[in-house]
Amino acid sequence: MAEKQDGLAFQWNHISATGQVRSESKDGGTPMDSVERRITRRSFLDYLLGASLLGLAGIVLYPLTRYLIPPKVTEVTGGSVIAAKVGELAPNSGKIFPFGGKPALLINTPDGQLRAFTAVCTHLACTVQYRPDLAHIWCACHDGHYDLRGQVISGPPPRPLEEYHVTVKGDNIVVSRKA
Amino acid sequence: MEEARRGFVSWTEERLRLRAIREFLTHKTVPVHRYSFVYYFGGITLFLFIVQVITGILLLLYYRPSADAAYESVQFIMSKVRFGWLIRSIHSWSANLMVGWVFVHMFSTFFYRAYRQPRELTWVSGALMFFLTLAFAFTGYLLPWNKLAFFATKVGTEIAGDVPLVGKYILLLLRGGEDITEATLSRFFGIHVAILPALATAILGIHLALVQVHGMSRPISVRAEREIPFYPDFLLRDLAVWILVLALLATLATLYPWPLGEKADPLAPAPPGIRPEWYFLFMFQTLKLLPSRVLLLEGEEIGILAFLLGGLVLLLVPFLDVWAHREQANRWVTAVGVLAVVYLVVMTVLGLALPAT
Repeated sequence: MAEKQDGLAFQWNHISATGQVRSESKDGGTPMDSVERRITRRSFLDYLLGASLLGLAGIVLYPLTRYLIPPKVTEVTGGSVIAAKVGELAPNSGKIFPFGGKPALLINTPDGQLRAFTAVCTHLACTVQYRPDLAHIWCACHDGHYDLRGQVISGPPPRPLEEYHVTVKGDNIVVSRKA
Repeated sequence: MEEARRGFVSWTEERLRLRAIREFLTHKTVPVHRYSFVYYFGGITLFLFIVQVITGILLLLYYRPSADAAYESVQFIMSKVRFGWLIRSIHSWSANLMVGWVFVHMFSTFFYRAYRQPRELTWVSGALMFFLTLAFAFTGYLLPWNKLAFFATKVGTEIAGDVPLVGKYILLLLRGGEDITEATLSRFFGIHVAILPALATAILGIHLALVQVHGMSRPISVRAEREIPFYPDFLLRDLAVWILVLALLATLATLYPWPLGEKADPLAPAPPGIRPEWYFLFMFQTLKLLPSRVLLLEGEEIGILAFLLGGLVLLLVPFLDVWAHREQANRWVTAVGVLAVVYLVVMTVLGLALPAT
């Protein structure tokens, strides 16, 4: 490409304008002199053009790729939510409620204790449910079983469910993240 | 290495017939003369269309076409999505520049009689794309579901409803009901992102293929100094111009991000100073100036019939200008073109300058 251009080859530092890259050195010159390369005006402009186009591609593609990555939807964190009214939940039952944009599970154990967990299964993120017949938490997707403390009893889940803090404030059952 | 390369070339050649495509591309030449700059106008329009397709697809990732969510989703794009303001502003700016360039491209091909034999159908396909461009603009304008767009669409579809005989049905078809509702938004969305792109792709394909087959038209009585091959010589120049247009778009979008306005409220009264986008102003202004009754018809109906007739004339220009086929530039044809330009400009300026009532 760079051969036989308009003959306007010019010297570039110690690189003399005599032809292609050569590995053998002429009469014992410095290693620098041994690399001889011809840079014509044409090939120099080709480099400039290529670099500009590369820059242009970067300028266009950078905002595009950033645009494709969805922004984080601000999660309601650190707050507390009213999960249910007192008396809404009979013993041995459960209720799914939204907590920070994700489902959470409030259960009333058979002996009348209120507990709350994330309802997102630790296996593949299905939503778990309370099974009154088994009296524990169950995930339908891959038959994962958790006990009333959120610990895994059987099935594929690798970790226990995260437990939340439950308090009763007047008429409301308030759930918050454990500190 | 060399053998592998040759093997790859012959493998692809045998299957893709790239040589035929390359021959088709090299077949076309571009004449060089003092009006050669007009040959870039179509390319610029094409580039703006490509920008519309790309930014439009990107906007689809976040846009939600419902009355509850449309405005909020555009707000989300403008404020939360990284570079969302840039993508949406480029889409809006490019839309406006594209409408403008379609006019410029159309009038330049008109005044240089590029539609004369054998390029009649190139003109017809171009005229159809002019209508499609306006339809794109009209339907896309409503999608952010803001106040101005809501009332512009209300008025615009009302005008379509004044078309004699079939107007009522057109109105129902466009609005998806009697009023502008979420059903209208749904329809406009479907028309804007599915129906019009499908039509535009087909007609644009024909248009570009015809341009490639016939080559660039040389204005009557202009002698070409020389001809350069379209591929790669002219194509590279085209690309250089496209980079300039891209730079212009980026500058406009950055310095003047497109505003979103207030959310549409179907029960709120129309805001004062309401007027359509600049490219519809000439119609808007014409309808405003017409008396309420002309002979037996309503003024509106007369105006709409005139515009429909104008559209038909535009479509049939190559068949009406019989002189051009004899390589004669008839001065009356030129006069009609000049008159049309003057009319468009004067009406648009009046629409902008006169206080909207």
